[in-house]
Amino acid sequence: MAVLGSPLRTLRALLRELRQASGGTGRPYRDTPAYRHILAAFRAHRVTSEKLCRAQQELHFQAATYLCLLRSVREHAALHQEYHGKGERSPEEVAGLVGFRLPQQPGGKG
Amino acid sequence: LWGRFPPVYLLRPPPVAAGNGPVGPGGSRTYAPPAERKRFYQNVSISQGEGGYEINLDHRKLKTPQARLFTVPTEALAIAVATEWDSQKDTIKFYTMHLTTLCNTALDNPTQRNKMQLIRAAVKFLDTDTICYRVEEPAALAELQKNEWDPIVAWAEKRYNVTIGSSTSILGPNIPASTKETFISHLASYNMWALQGIEYVITQLKSLILSMGLIDRHITVEKAVLLSRLEEEYQIQRWGNVEWAHDYDLCELRARAAAGTLFVHLCSESSSVKHKLLQD
Repeated sequence: MAVLGSPLRTLRALLRELRQASGGTGRPYRDTPAYRHILAAFRAHRVTSEKLCRAQQELHFQAATYLCLLRSVREHAALHQEYHGKGERSPEEVAGLVGFRLPQQPGGKG
Repeated sequence: LWGRFPPVYLLRPPPVAAGNGPVGPGGSRTYAPPAERKRFYQNVSISQGEGGYEINLDHRKLKTPQARLFTVPTEALAIAVATEWDSQKDTIKFYTMHLTTLCNTALDNPTQRNKMQLIRAAVKFLDTDTICYRVEEPAALAELQKNEWDPIVAWAEKRYNVTIGSSTSILGPNIPASTKETFISHLASYNMWALQGIEYVITQLKSLILSMGLIDRHITVEKAVLLSRLEEEYQIQRWGNVEWAHDYDLCELRARAAAGTLFVHLCSESSSVKHKLLQD
């Protein structure tokens, strides 16, 4: 069985990710189906008479996987924005990189 | 080395603003679907239809790239897809929506493979499975591979009652036919949707054994990705980390492996909560 740590920690991190992910419409993140579904699932599996409940472990693994998905997507998007999101430089900027300026041609080119 | 063409729907983020497709011979523009477009909807909701759960963007029902109605078999998967659409801000970044992409692939089946073809494609990876393909030098890397990968191979051999082994030969490990047959019949027990997910994870991690470790919940996604990238991690330890390349690839691989694994589990689950009476 995978080493997962405390379910409470996973749940809190997951809810934090959901809060960061919701930003589209301004609706509170507590209102979203995902938030409600996750809380309901955790509550339903909280009480069990067995010491090693398989369903509980399956749910925890699923939650940890979803947490990994949300976190990695957010980090990947942030890295993309920082390093690859700027597009091409304009000709003026390229000239400026080596200290040149493009000539002013009042009549247009050619 | 053993790369294969990525499925049509895996979109890479564009280095420049989208909208300029590549120019084909004769100057005509070939079609490239935009990787980003503006968010055009306010609300995302789920509804239950005849074929399964549907996603609604405002009043419109979501469709696949081949214009089929977008339906998923379980509510949990529908909620996760809806969350992907709802978390888009000003622009829709399709390359971050891995679960949606997987659903589209399952619904459209663009490579038009049947179940047996999908299974054979998955098991074929075993011949060049990353964790069976070992180096002899540098000695430190060979040692690391032995310490990190041997336990996983041993776990798979025990769990599936097969012989796999590992090899330093350039031809790769020699996998007995009976081992392949065992995996083929094991994978046949999954439905078509789950199989698309399994084949996807195998393609991303370049390892059948690591993927089965994930599906069987033996290792976490982070661990599976680490083991898949073991040589990269070794080189990073030695020569240093380059954030815009290494971390970028790491996050992308984690996202894809996590999405694939979650997809498989959400497509093959049948959960029921048994309520026991309290006994005095």
